[in-house]
Amino acid sequence: MRIVVIGNGMAGSRLVSELRARDPHIRITIFGAESRQPYNRVLLSNVLAGSSRPDQVRLLDTSWYDSHHVEAAFGDPVVHIDRDTGHVVTGSGRREPYDLLVLATGSEAIVPPIPGVERAIPFRTLDDCERIMEAAEHARNAVVVGGGLLGIEAARGLAGRGLPVTLLHLAGHLMERQLDVEAGEVLGETLAGLGVEIRTGVSAESVAGDGVRLAGGELVEADLVVLACGVRPLTGLAADAGLEVRRGVVVDDELRTDDPSIFAIGECAEHDGTVYGLVAPAWEQASVAADVITGGKALYRGSRLVTRLKARSVELAAMGETQLTEEHAEVVRFSHRARGTYRKLVIRDGRLVGAILLGESDAVGTLTQLFDRGGPVPGDRAGLLFPGLSPAAVADSPTLMPDAARVCQCNNVTKGQIRACWEAGARDVAAVAAATRATTGCGTCRDAVEGIVGWLCEQEGISV
Amino acid sequence: MPGSDVTATHCPYCALQCGMEIGPGLAISPRTDIPANASGALCQKGWTAGELLTNGERLTAPLLHGEPVEWDVALDHVAERLSSIRAEHGPDAVAVFGGGGLTNEKAYQLGKFARVALGTSQIDYNGRFCMSSAAAASTRAFGMDRGLPFPVTDLAGADVVLLAGANVAETMPPFLRHLSGPRLIVIDPRRTPTARQAWLHLQPTPGTDLALALGLLHLAVADGLVDEAYVAARTSGFEEVRTSLASWWPERVERITGVPVHQMRQAVRALAAAGGAYVLTGRGAEQHAKGTDTVTAFINLALALGLPGRRGSGYGCLTGQGNGQGGREHGQKADQLPGYRRIDDPAAREHVAGVWGVPADSIPGPGRSAYELLDALGTPDGPRALLLFGSNPVISAPGSERIAARLGALDLLVTCDFVLSETAALADVVFPVTQWAEESGTMTNLEGRVLLRNRAVAPPEGVRSDLDVIAALAGRLGHAFPADPAEVFDELRRASAGGIADYSGITYERVAAEKGVFWPCPEPGHPGTPRPFLDSFATPDGRARFVPVQHRPPAEETDEDYPVHLSTGRVLAHYQSGAQTRRIAPLVQAVPEPYVELHPDLAEQLGIAPGDVVRISSRRGESKAVARISDAIRRDTVFMPFHWEGANRLTNPALDPASRMPEFKVCAVRVERDS
Repeated sequence: MRIVVIGNGMAGSRLVSELRARDPHIRITIFGAESRQPYNRVLLSNVLAGSSRPDQVRLLDTSWYDSHHVEAAFGDPVVHIDRDTGHVVTGSGRREPYDLLVLATGSEAIVPPIPGVERAIPFRTLDDCERIMEAAEHARNAVVVGGGLLGIEAARGLAGRGLPVTLLHLAGHLMERQLDVEAGEVLGETLAGLGVEIRTGVSAESVAGDGVRLAGGELVEADLVVLACGVRPLTGLAADAGLEVRRGVVVDDELRTDDPSIFAIGECAEHDGTVYGLVAPAWEQASVAADVITGGKALYRGSRLVTRLKARSVELAAMGETQLTEEHAEVVRFSHRARGTYRKLVIRDGRLVGAILLGESDAVGTLTQLFDRGGPVPGDRAGLLFPGLSPAAVADSPTLMPDAARVCQCNNVTKGQIRACWEAGARDVAAVAAATRATTGCGTCRDAVEGIVGWLCEQEGISV
Repeated sequence: MPGSDVTATHCPYCALQCGMEIGPGLAISPRTDIPANASGALCQKGWTAGELLTNGERLTAPLLHGEPVEWDVALDHVAERLSSIRAEHGPDAVAVFGGGGLTNEKAYQLGKFARVALGTSQIDYNGRFCMSSAAAASTRAFGMDRGLPFPVTDLAGADVVLLAGANVAETMPPFLRHLSGPRLIVIDPRRTPTARQAWLHLQPTPGTDLALALGLLHLAVADGLVDEAYVAARTSGFEEVRTSLASWWPERVERITGVPVHQMRQAVRALAAAGGAYVLTGRGAEQHAKGTDTVTAFINLALALGLPGRRGSGYGCLTGQGNGQGGREHGQKADQLPGYRRIDDPAAREHVAGVWGVPADSIPGPGRSAYELLDALGTPDGPRALLLFGSNPVISAPGSERIAARLGALDLLVTCDFVLSETAALADVVFPVTQWAEESGTMTNLEGRVLLRNRAVAPPEGVRSDLDVIAALAGRLGHAFPADPAEVFDELRRASAGGIADYSGITYERVAAEKGVFWPCPEPGHPGTPRPFLDSFATPDGRARFVPVQHRPPAEETDEDYPVHLSTGRVLAHYQSGAQTRRIAPLVQAVPEPYVELHPDLAEQLGIAPGDVVRISSRRGESKAVARISDAIRRDTVFMPFHWEGANRLTNPALDPASRMPEFKVCAVRVERDS
């Protein structure tokens, strides 16, 4: 069987390695429009921030394709799908036959149609990233247009390079799709503290040589303008081939398009009315498609979305339906704006359906997993939001400790036994150890034993 | 009868092998001349070890179908049955199963007995359930598997020690004294007594340690903490690993493991900033169907930070059983010959055949691994007879009910034991054998330090050593085997000469005088090798090998029917299958019965109160235990100690492809109150 994959981004490259892991013999050809090796787009904001080098985001080594017998054609994009004969045709005129075809064409950055926009650099690819970094070397100030996840990461990254940055956002608060108003505001305050000026509710009218002109005429000065205005699925090939396309290429639970020999995965695919823009769903889809293609049984049922901001000194996780109000759900909220902390749980029918965690929190792992798995939410909501808040108070003080409390774990010695030993005449740790073996194992109870003996001696002093 | 003099020896339990003295009246006291416990420490198991010497449950006569018989009757019966089964079904119809508690002499002799006297390839041992993943990963990375490639006392000088899946406060309490100086980072799904001592506790979902290690390594690379000069000078293969890490960014790992990114970052930074740091793995990381890769990921982390092969830092695994180290070196493993040689290496076969005085081509090839061996018993292609030494698989094998059934399907089951363990109770023939204080022999502790166990008391009348049993059976099968430990050790030295674990320069006298000798020790004048990797690793090019690995989910994930993770492990008062410790009153008093630990939120959801009897079921079986409710465990996980029959009815025998380690540490269960 001949498999052809169009797109060597995160979805396409993942699919190819998943296919190869399942079947060492299946014939695979992959076409990529970019001439680079596949890289992890999620890590681009680290590259922009300077914490990762461009070569550290590579997902597969150059030698991988040869050593895994995958034919790779990069820099020669597919321009046409000939469904009648089962071929794809590339820009250079190459025709490649397929038995099964997978579209993993991804999406492209949306560039708003405003005057001068060609002066701005979109933030989407590694090439973009390198252009932005190069421009940042000489820039005195920067503007980022778009206050979604990527725009915030870009703004934070540039500010971290010492550049004054203004973030322009059309909506009333940042990340309005993932955050409620207050969280958006707290996030803005946190970013402001890190050198990113936030302007919400503003619209960029044009890009000029010296900055971005807002509706109303104000000029926001910048010699570097970065666009993070969202992405649009690349569906042209599919549409030209007559496949069903709405916002994305429409697929079923097996990730098949309406042509059973053609699959679509990743950001170009639309499943159950949803086009996903994050990597986790794309990889889940790649796994299901690989199963189906290699003859296994698997179904894709949609993904739960967790958004995790990657920006130094800004901890943010948002998941699910964060904007539901008390009318429709149980909402648990804690806000401490002075510390940049905002935590919110949205619970419906005893399940966690949404959450926001802003500011460093040990709760993030537990909540993400609870959301992912749809497990029942424990009754103690505060304990969920504040892990470690109420660990069973251990009475370490010798006075409060019950006689049955085990003081020495290694030798199973209770406070009562130490007391009895003291009553029989032991007056220091050595004597207690000789009689009970307390402290002779790992040794960590030595202070506790000393404390109990000291307290008993003190009691005696008082009683005498 | 108890001896009247003081005998210097070692504790019968864990791999720390604390030094102890046995005095008049079987009084036990710690030695202060053995580095493992030089501070004079012992845990409760050590202090009470003598009680089993005079315990009324001691076996003192061979049992044939449950009835006491004379030794010759039992030996003749076994030899005759072995011969006829072998004659009828071929040599591989007879299998041998050993243990990591056996002395080096016994482990060696057992391997030779299988290959020479029985001619079978079917030999393996319970260490497969213990150390095999760490052993496979260490061999892959360093070309040598010596648990700690440094003296245990080196740890005290470190700034940071990372314990991945090790609960030393319960499994080897005096070990914790070596960790009183460094800051501890503990990875464990439970807030164990060890985790309570930690500066930082990472509490991952069971079965996700590999992802966590990859996340830590990703951060080390992303944050520029890699020791590039060390990587360039002393390792190979880093580039491929670096690329493989791009898929394991910390936020993804957080979602898989439940460990917050900021905690991962804290851990990596502490390790990287430390003047001296150690990464140590235990069974928590290793007992998985991906245990070898998990250990590899932790080794990769240690290598990236430049730790192994340097004084004052390193990687090590914490060996479990008393002679878990020596027991995996001298040929009771299915694929191995003495001196940690491979059985499929022609040069190794020649050498060992020369020592044994047999043609090299008479030595069988590799046999089945432990679980596969047990699972094949009594099947059409599997062994029909089993000789079992120092092991109790009815309790300790995964999916234990199935294994009990397999044992029941044998034509002949022979065990050597000093009490009637659950497995011995199923045997056709039981030989009553000596225990630690009644015999001499060497043990190799977790540091690779060869130690001498001295006979302190005479065994009860009617009891013989395992070496006697092997020699007597070998004799009846036409082979002369020595039964004296010192004589066996001399032969072991010659057989190990030139191998990875080379004991040829080690003698009983040297061990006694020097308080232990580190292998490799290739000649009598050699001082032994406390830190074998300082100059170079044991690979052909002397470089440590980075090996790229990828995380994958546990073999069995939770689902609607079995929604909770089960993890298993040890408690302080008991040891392994409990055959010893469940017969010692103070230890029984400390922890009298099997229990299941669960989080208060899970307990509330299931309507379970402390002390309730709880039914735990998996796809393999069902078990009952008393509920202990504690917020020290994750909400999605329950824990059961494995010292009683029951926990391993539930566990999953999915095997690691490299080490053949079963997945003891995670499976899916359902938990209900027993009505």
